Amino acid sequence: MSENILEIRNLHATVGGTEILKGLSLTLPAGEVHAMMGPNGSGKSTLSYVLAGREGYEVTAGEVVYKGQDLLALAPDERAQAGIFLAFQYPVEIPGVANSVFLKAAVNAQRRGRGEPELDAMDFLKRAKVELAELEMDQEFLSRPINVGFSGGEKKRNEVFQMAMLEPTLAILDETDSGLDIDALRIVADGVNRLRAPDRSMLVITHYQRLLNHIVPDHIHVLAKGRIVASGGKELALELEANGYAAFTGEKSAA
Amino acid sequence: MSTPEPMDEVRTLTEGEYKFGFITELEEDTIPKGLNEDVIRLISAKKGEPEWLLDWRLESYAKWQAMAGHEPTWARIHHPPIDFQDIRYYSAPKSKDDGPKSLDEVDPELLETYEKLGIPLREQEVLAGVAVDAVFDSISVATTYKAKLGELGIIFCSFSEAVREHPDLVRRYLGSVVPQGDNFYACLNSAVFSDGSFVYIPEGVRCPMELSTYFRINAAETGQFERTLIVAAPGSYVSYLEGCTAPMRDENQLHAAVVELVALEDAEIKYSTVQNWYPGNAEGKGGIYNFVTKRGACRGRNAKISWTQVETGSAITWKYPSVLLEAEGSVGEFYSVAVTNNRQQADTGTKMIHLAPNTSSTIISKGISAGHSQNTYRGLVRVNPKADNARNYTQCDSLLIGEDCGGHTVPYIQVRNRSARVEHEASASKISDDQLFYCQARGLGTEDAVSLIVNGFCKEVMQKLPMEFAVEAQKLLGISLEGSVG
Repeated sequence: MSENILEIRNLHATVGGTEILKGLSLTLPAGEVHAMMGPNGSGKSTLSYVLAGREGYEVTAGEVVYKGQDLLALAPDERAQAGIFLAFQYPVEIPGVANSVFLKAAVNAQRRGRGEPELDAMDFLKRAKVELAELEMDQEFLSRPINVGFSGGEKKRNEVFQMAMLEPTLAILDETDSGLDIDALRIVADGVNRLRAPDRSMLVITHYQRLLNHIVPDHIHVLAKGRIVASGGKELALELEANGYAAFTGEKSAA
Repeated sequence: MSTPEPMDEVRTLTEGEYKFGFITELEEDTIPKGLNEDVIRLISAKKGEPEWLLDWRLESYAKWQAMAGHEPTWARIHHPPIDFQDIRYYSAPKSKDDGPKSLDEVDPELLETYEKLGIPLREQEVLAGVAVDAVFDSISVATTYKAKLGELGIIFCSFSEAVREHPDLVRRYLGSVVPQGDNFYACLNSAVFSDGSFVYIPEGVRCPMELSTYFRINAAETGQFERTLIVAAPGSYVSYLEGCTAPMRDENQLHAAVVELVALEDAEIKYSTVQNWYPGNAEGKGGIYNFVTKRGACRGRNAKISWTQVETGSAITWKYPSVLLEAEGSVGEFYSVAVTNNRQQADTGTKMIHLAPNTSSTIISKGISAGHSQNTYRGLVRVNPKADNARNYTQCDSLLIGEDCGGHTVPYIQVRNRSARVEHEASASKISDDQLFYCQARGLGTEDAVSLIVNGFCKEVMQKLPMEFAVEAQKLLGISLEGSVG
């Protein structure tokens, strides 16, 4: 039996005084990919922000254990250094800061945080070129300012590129499929699949089933009204596709 | 991969205290506080100046006296009145004879001070290829590379030496760009200036290295009044670097420098400044009052003058490096980053005065305010009737960090020729929580994140700095904004 990377127990969280997560529990073993599906407003993005430590997302009850330690006690940058990666749904633009400068700073901040030697500019560039090629991205991408003027697809590819460079233990992908055409979806999904590893777990948050045709999860969870209402294998996604979320949310029957 | 990464350097310099707050114990040759004609005669005598210069000083003093009590009040800065009689107007390190002939003769403690500041002269000579004319308090103590520059006919020396060795050049250009009575502080400087740098680049010569002067204010209660004059003869080129640090003091120290640049036909002068004098503590106590007049004149066809400044220090900055575009086809540029934090106040910008046809100017200003600071861009673009087809492009961006600071833009545009094309763009933004969190989620600490975002904001200006300065300037941005978020 493999070690659990992430254990969420009875997590309650509020945003601006409104409770969004209402007793969410989830266990993510090492090497597994879990999908988190749910309708809009179910708390998917809130979960990703709570795990990444965003200010304003207040945990009111429950616990989150990451590799045996209390995740909630760590600052956002410490969580990243500990191996947590959030692929943002809406990656932010930072004018004037080249992707390469940003990413090298991030890679080395994480290495320092873990007491590892830093990557020098040559090694960084060598690795970056390999990963860019895998994602069918041009090298000039490195000198462009972070996400400025990027298409939706480029932004998402950039997130996956960063993930590849940072080699996280736990990757949380927040609606990485949104805004992608089918070719971009394939490239992004291939990039994610390439990163699947026995010591790496992934939480893939998505609204639509189609991503899961490309990234096949070990387990699927359905999130509704702040808690997990159903869990199952990949066939659960097909059931959702056929019947919608209504069957799980109990609001009204779609059938 | 076009600019050096700031993060490593910033990390090595983390603590929020002003880094360069130490005081060198040197015997000092000072005169009593206060200002009158006798003091001016004494300054002039100590420097062994010719009579014409003493007369020039006295004339300036008379003009300044007429201005007494009329300090400029239009800037968005506030400070208690300055008691000009409570300032010591001359102080110089004691030297053996007429000053050192080489580095070996320089006071070892002084050299040690430079080591602490990270400017080892010897290493710089060899590694960076920078000729350093180091100003310690009011007198130049070490000048390097003079011989090498001399082969090309380039003069790079202290102002005092220039007065002795090249009196005709000094006399011809002194006050020709910034007249004695130009403004209150320039006038004071004209009366009491201590020392500074003089540069002359002969016709057709491209200066092969960056000329660099490090300034440092040291003696207690000593105002420093540098005077710099740079003349570029037709077809010549020079890049001049000015960088400054000052030891920590409680008293406010007045600094009123004057810099004059003259670019003749087809000549180009690039003047870069990194200013990080003591800004005072977090409550606004102490710090340098920096009232500087910098102006260049493009006096020949197609001359070009470019100012680049990174201003992070001083409690008060009052500074408007300007260009007089006197000749056809001449070009003026101003690239500025001004950072204020805590209780700092900066009122800085430029004046581009178009006096001749086909002149053009560019202004890029980046103001960053944090803490309780106030940061004002104040700029004038003037196109006179004779300046046909003048062009100006101005871009003023303000970045605010936190809720308690202010960023202000005060552009003056005076166009008196219909063919002029003047563009002005301005923006104001805040570092967003989204940007900060994005950086943090990739493992960067808050201060590294701020430093990164700010360096990105300033990139257009930082790229204009010579390489060795760019690295230092990036460090400074990070250090200056420590503690501004979170």
